[in-house]
Amino acid sequence: MATIVETPKPLTTADFKGRVDPDWCPGCGDFGVLAAVQKALVELQIPNHQIVTVSGIGCSSNFPGFIETYGMHTLHGRSLPVATGVKMANHELTVLVTGGDGDGFGIGGNHFTHTIRKNVDLTYIVMDNQIYGLTTGQTSPTSRLGMKTKSAPYGNIESPINPITMALAAGATFVARGFSGEQKHLTDLLKQAIQHKGFSFIDVFSPCVTYNKDNTFQWFRPRVKKLEDDASYDASHWLAAIEKSTLWGDEIPIGKFFERTDLPSLHEAEPVTQHGTMVSRPEHIDPAAAQAFIDELM
Amino acid sequence: MSHTFTIGIGGAAGQGVATPGDIFAKIFSRRGLHLNAYNAYQSIIRGGHTFLMIRTGPEPVTNMGDSLDLLIPLNQDTMDRHLGLLRAGGACIYNADTIKPGQAAQGVQLCPLPVSTLADITRNKVAQNTLAMGAALSMMGIGFNALESVIVEQFGRKAASVAEENIAVARAGYDYATKNFKPFAYSLPIVDTKYAVLSGNTALAMGGAAAGVKFYCAYPMSPSTGVLHWFAANGRKAGIMVRQVEDEIGVVNMTIGAAQAGVRAMCATSGGGFALMSEALGLSAMAEIPIVVIDCQRAGPSTGVPTKTEQGDLWQMLGAAFGDYPRVIAAPLDIGDCFTLIPEIFNIVDKFQVPGLVLCDLLLSEGRLSVDPKILDFAPPIDRGEMITSPNGHAEGGYKRYLITESGVSPRAIPGVPGYTHVVSSDEHDEDGVLISDMYTNATKRRAMMEKRMRKEAGIAAAVPPPRLQGPKDADVTLIGWGSTQGVIEEARAQLAQQGITANQLQIRWIVPLHGEAILDQLRNAKRTIIVENNYSGQFARYLRSETSFVADGHIRKYDGEPFMPHHIVEAVREQLAGDTQLSVPAHEIMV
Repeated sequence: MATIVETPKPLTTADFKGRVDPDWCPGCGDFGVLAAVQKALVELQIPNHQIVTVSGIGCSSNFPGFIETYGMHTLHGRSLPVATGVKMANHELTVLVTGGDGDGFGIGGNHFTHTIRKNVDLTYIVMDNQIYGLTTGQTSPTSRLGMKTKSAPYGNIESPINPITMALAAGATFVARGFSGEQKHLTDLLKQAIQHKGFSFIDVFSPCVTYNKDNTFQWFRPRVKKLEDDASYDASHWLAAIEKSTLWGDEIPIGKFFERTDLPSLHEAEPVTQHGTMVSRPEHIDPAAAQAFIDELM
Repeated sequence: MSHTFTIGIGGAAGQGVATPGDIFAKIFSRRGLHLNAYNAYQSIIRGGHTFLMIRTGPEPVTNMGDSLDLLIPLNQDTMDRHLGLLRAGGACIYNADTIKPGQAAQGVQLCPLPVSTLADITRNKVAQNTLAMGAALSMMGIGFNALESVIVEQFGRKAASVAEENIAVARAGYDYATKNFKPFAYSLPIVDTKYAVLSGNTALAMGGAAAGVKFYCAYPMSPSTGVLHWFAANGRKAGIMVRQVEDEIGVVNMTIGAAQAGVRAMCATSGGGFALMSEALGLSAMAEIPIVVIDCQRAGPSTGVPTKTEQGDLWQMLGAAFGDYPRVIAAPLDIGDCFTLIPEIFNIVDKFQVPGLVLCDLLLSEGRLSVDPKILDFAPPIDRGEMITSPNGHAEGGYKRYLITESGVSPRAIPGVPGYTHVVSSDEHDEDGVLISDMYTNATKRRAMMEKRMRKEAGIAAAVPPPRLQGPKDADVTLIGWGSTQGVIEEARAQLAQQGITANQLQIRWIVPLHGEAILDQLRNAKRTIIVENNYSGQFARYLRSETSFVADGHIRKYDGEPFMPHHIVEAVREQLAGDTQLSVPAHEIMV
């Protein structure tokens, strides 16, 4: 029988369309993030089956259902350790992690720091809307001081965290901020993040049109300034990145704050994965090694 | 059990109790003798009181026993606490310079060593330990060569001079004892077999390696940390990825991630860590991702007594995570079983795509036992169940991860296989993985998916053997235990037999599924049933009652942090047979 060699057709956005349409509110910032992720994957031409999209719980964590890749919709706050496990077992997979600010910086805050520290080669995309949406509008770790929410009807008295500064301080090797309203810019950031070898973090302003009346598309649009438009900005300079990350107000920088490529990612530093993925290893261990383990006990 | 010989070595943490313990263990196992060791200690790095018991003999030694033949107190405190444990014919070897003997029982030989005249104590800080070891071996009738070769191994790695110096000190103790002390009446035989000596934690880890675990991760927590230590030291040699994670929530979720990517993945913790893992067990069950989680129980609640044993986590495990889901729970019966159980439980969890929980305890985790190296089988059968790892078979797009089947098991494709993309979810989902939790709630589908998952329980029950009564069919008393009490109950039965009381034993290894009908069947003709367990409330008794309506006649419970000794059970059985009580709580006489 003749073998038919088919030239694989280039992947298009349609190939990454999920089985169901997003159930986000009309106008939600997350639509823009989904579109940008799909576009980035098309531009990078990564086959669907080689991608695992992992999320926690929340509006934005419904993401894996809306994109055609292998997906894991896990527990609230736990996407990063699950994704780390996936990557460690099969480092040939492209691992994307999606979620919100409550999921990532609230309940999952501990994992955020430690996944950064481990420099796991995955891309963490936070759709940051500065509010808890799916639970109908409570204060989140990034809600601004004074913001009125259902859980702080008289105004938030706790300071928000700065995810960019935090990621930099924890030692992230790729730190960026995007805006759902800046599609092309976000797509480009995502491509760089996915190609980065190590932990890449993108905090994306993804306005909640239902519960956050403060940080809307209209509020962000005049404020966001692309770091890429500033020719003097050097994203390899950590202290400069820290300084930029603290800017908030009339001018809010978006773009790539920082990237370093000199540190190995976790699976690159791990000797056990040097000869292939864990999942491709034989089930039984080497008999000589096994015998040595027994001999040690004799 | 035939003749055994028990040594107790005690001192403050940091005084060097472990080294003589290791040396004795090696000497005994190389003589072809069985041994069982248990270290009673505290959560302290320096100071406190550590007491190691090593019991040896030509036949399997299933527990620490009731008394001592030899006591080596490294400080006055140990002398004061434990001299009373020596039985007639026993001996106490101690440093005459620093320790005053107490009142020993009739027939106990006190053996003072003039340590400062026998060794240069300014040079060798542990001279008293080494002298005592030498003296002990002389009195046991074991030639000096056995000790010499083990000392070379133990200290040779440091420097030849260290070994030489210790050999000289040991020799001085040996010769002094030969001249001045009476040898033990029972001399330990030499048997032509060789045993491996290992802790339960090492056995659990090696069992994992044998089962094909490729990913292990943990957060340090006593008494489970030894499992992590074995994997960390040997993972690279065995081709196993080992990670220390920020907390137990991360641990179990990372385990689930690795398992979803297609490898066998395992983690171990103790009760507190297991509590943190609880939610994710539901994820494992709902997303149908098989993992194995080991809980090495310690005395709770809360931080509890971190260095003490208990069987107090049963109900935590039975109720871990909310909602109904199929799970497997097994409790290893001894240290050898810690090894054997892991490949067995992995085959079940892989086949049925459920979480598997191993209920171990500190007694096994940190105890040491001699086992026939044959049971350490590194090539056991491995059945990964219905896994799709290559694109053969299904057509593109038609794959349903949660296909409704008669068995409840749906073929599992792992990420990376073309044509099988799907989403696994903690939310309720349809056959194809699409969520039916939020926008598309659907009572009919929800019911179908619940029933699909729960149908696995029937298959799991069929895959697990029911427990069998051990000992005479017709007995005065039937002792029911679970997990680590197998050995001590066995010896208590032998002691009862000597006193004219026949006892048989039903020991539970598979806790879920329980096989209630088979248990009732076995207990139908029992004259008197007594449940023995290391907890306050009778957790297993309550579980057995809830599953079978069976109510035992009596209970023996211990929750002081220390394991049962055979005589605790014997005396409790006698008082219950005499009609004095239905609940015995033996007092632990070893003060640690």
